[in-house]
Amino acid sequence: MSMKLDARIPDGPVEGKWHSWLDSHRLVGPRNRGDYEVIVVGTGLAGASAAATMAGMGYRVKAFCFQDSARRAHSIAAQGGINATKDYANEGDSVHRLFVDTIKGGDFRAREANVWRLAELSTGIIDQAVAQGVPFNREYGGMLATRSFGGVLVERTFYCRGQTGQQLLLGAYQALQMQVHAGQAEVMSRHEMLDLVVVDGRARGIVARNLTTGEISAHAADCVVLATGGYCNVYYLSTNAKNSNATAIWRAYKRGAGFANPCFTQIHPTCIPQSGDYQSKLTLMSESLRNDGRIWVPRNADEDREPSEIPEEDRLYYLEERYPSYGNLVPRDVASRQAKIVCDDGLGVGPTGRGVYLDFRDAIEEKGEETIAGRYGNLFAMYERITGESPWKTPMRIYPAPHYSMGGLWVDYGLQTTIPGLFAIGEANFSDHGANRLGASAMMQCLADGYFILPHTVTDYLADLDTETDPNDPAFRETVLAAEERVGKLMGVGGTTAPSVFHRRLGQIMLDRCGITREKEGLESAIEDIRELREEFWSDLRVPGTGEELNQSLELAGRLADYFELAELMCADAIERDESAGCHLREEHQTEEGEAVRDDKLHATVQVWEHRGEDERPDLHHEHLSFDEVEPTARSYK
Amino acid sequence: MNFKLRVWRQPSEGNEGGFEAHEVSGVDPEASFLEMLDILNEKIVADGGDPIAYDRDCMEGVCGSCSLLIDGIPHGPRQVTSCQTFMRDFPDGAEISVEPFRNSAFPVIRDLVVDRSPLDRIIEAGGYISVTSGPQPEPNTNPVRPEDQEHAMDAAICIGCGACVAACPNGSAMLFTGAKVAHLNSLPQGDPERFDRAHGMVAQHDEEGFGGCTNFGECQAVCPQEISIKVIGELYHDYRQAMLHRLRARRGAVKPQ
Repeated sequence: MSMKLDARIPDGPVEGKWHSWLDSHRLVGPRNRGDYEVIVVGTGLAGASAAATMAGMGYRVKAFCFQDSARRAHSIAAQGGINATKDYANEGDSVHRLFVDTIKGGDFRAREANVWRLAELSTGIIDQAVAQGVPFNREYGGMLATRSFGGVLVERTFYCRGQTGQQLLLGAYQALQMQVHAGQAEVMSRHEMLDLVVVDGRARGIVARNLTTGEISAHAADCVVLATGGYCNVYYLSTNAKNSNATAIWRAYKRGAGFANPCFTQIHPTCIPQSGDYQSKLTLMSESLRNDGRIWVPRNADEDREPSEIPEEDRLYYLEERYPSYGNLVPRDVASRQAKIVCDDGLGVGPTGRGVYLDFRDAIEEKGEETIAGRYGNLFAMYERITGESPWKTPMRIYPAPHYSMGGLWVDYGLQTTIPGLFAIGEANFSDHGANRLGASAMMQCLADGYFILPHTVTDYLADLDTETDPNDPAFRETVLAAEERVGKLMGVGGTTAPSVFHRRLGQIMLDRCGITREKEGLESAIEDIRELREEFWSDLRVPGTGEELNQSLELAGRLADYFELAELMCADAIERDESAGCHLREEHQTEEGEAVRDDKLHATVQVWEHRGEDERPDLHHEHLSFDEVEPTARSYK
Repeated sequence: MNFKLRVWRQPSEGNEGGFEAHEVSGVDPEASFLEMLDILNEKIVADGGDPIAYDRDCMEGVCGSCSLLIDGIPHGPRQVTSCQTFMRDFPDGAEISVEPFRNSAFPVIRDLVVDRSPLDRIIEAGGYISVTSGPQPEPNTNPVRPEDQEHAMDAAICIGCGACVAACPNGSAMLFTGAKVAHLNSLPQGDPERFDRAHGMVAQHDEEGFGGCTNFGECQAVCPQEISIKVIGELYHDYRQAMLHRLRARRGAVKPQ
């Protein structure tokens, strides 16, 4: 038991913690900042904003991304919006309310101090983005427009049509390109991190593969920031981009970073249902659609009329019936579970029976086509493009899909992992969303981390760093050799099957047994099956070509090898968390109505896993969560 | 559904490429074009061959990674991204050619993968508003007319895929460049740098080896985001002004930023 979890939360009342930290942290003078080099891996909202900010402060920044351009990171696909407590709508919104909503939405499994800071910084993000030229929607008078999102009773979500993530990411990307132009930052595109270099217990650099040439090389720095996103692709079919992967955080875990709450993965309720086996990915339809769309299924399992012909009395608006005060705006985990329940009851719609209607008929009647088109025009077009059906004429069909991982690398209040000098931000860390993330909170967290928190906590770390990084340290060469060996191993299996075939099978296991609901026996059998499949993978994999060229099969195989290990840890974590919380519904722990039942006495903790060696059971550590500001209660959205 | 494909294969930038014939059968009409390529690739791997390399990521039409020239048209017949092109858009039994985006500024890296880094460098040359991170003014003290915001947004939705370049007979990237200039220059925040932005980005555009715009309009016909060629007119407007500013600056009247 070597790992020590010290969250290093400043003393004092929650509303003053961040300011007292800012007032007392150590600084690096402007003339000295150019002496430090910072590596940022990943150029999504968190990575690009962090890289741009630190470069702007004067640090030398090297940003890595596997895409051909920093602008293509998957934050680009976030649709609905970003929360901020501006209270322009004069509804009595406040930092405290956003804090409470987020803590409650996360089912009391997030750290209070972090969440408060997030809520506090939310307004500055909007200011920053507007200054960069992000074209948020405006009211007639030219003021910023807002709308509401799942799990809350105020309109605090700012948006750029249905492409908010794209616009915020382009803002951060452009800020980064500005720093590239100024010579402060360098973007290493088409480079994938394969390992972390640790020297005397500190992160000192990374090993990356140039995806174009296959060259594997070490890159030294004074600290390393991982902004590599989430791991929902472990389910194969998810809303994540095809190349999103867990390799960077998994390698960091195997080098000693604690992995927190791996089983907390969010299944998003509004995605386009799967239509066939060939499918490679699921498409999210923004949650904002639930503002005006009504979710229903036919009351009778043998219903065979077209949806538009089904009269009111034969429609089951199950969310409105079961949750009268939040209705269609219940949090994501609740909406997903209820969809699964009605489909399990045989009421699902569409060719597979795994789908529910999201209907805009009433909203179009009440508010007019123009208003609805203004809000969701591009989402309707996207739906029609993919399915060939028009939401103007017939209800959308939706079904839950894996979307976001609340779990990730454990970080302290300063976003530093258990390896000194290794930071994790955005979806790659575990921090702010507890057991369930609320809508429009991901972008808020990424940008709060990147623009406003990390640059200061990195400064604090660097100011105290009294040894220089030696790029000739043998650890760099050794880590490169280990990565090369790994590539050689994947190339040399000599089987017959493409990596994607294994990935699909792994995804099925995880979706069935570590998905919307879980239970102990299923999880245990999943671990057995994952191990078996992993063995098959290592004996029947075929990676064509060589390692010294652009080789997409090799990229896939490497990521998948890590997914096998992560999948097993997710199941182990789900077994240990012998309660239901947020997205994690253990069938053994639920009310008669299928609501999650938490066990605050035993499980008000963060479960943090420490790697002990290949094929050894990792150690489990706990960070105990205390709730001083909000009394943990059973969530009720009724 | 069954298809006959002619796919461009090229091992690397320096090597010569050529078409390779493939057949795929039993494809679901709801499969996307890229999913059809996945099916083909799994078959190629099982038969002991080298799978076809191509770029893709979000599969939702917004990241701009995918870049296929399908039957000679960037992204294919429907003015959507390659990933949003579905096999139901083709007749059963069709013969389809698949190539990378073609432009001398976009060298082929392998098969259907090209290097589009020139587009990043055009953004570097001025495609931003020069603010660093930190406290910023309260946005509602500077109202933006909703029509200006809409106009900015119509241009800002560019996904940087490069289809406009691949479609242009001159190999021009002016739709891409114009979209960024129109986005930032139509907002009050972007106004102070408007002339430098236009000038810097056009200069970089030319340096990368892209051709000039002569109003063919092929770019807007293939743009998956339906960005209008009008943005190029707006760019020219500011570019001309920029040239005047520079002339004045040389006389010492106005110092350019």
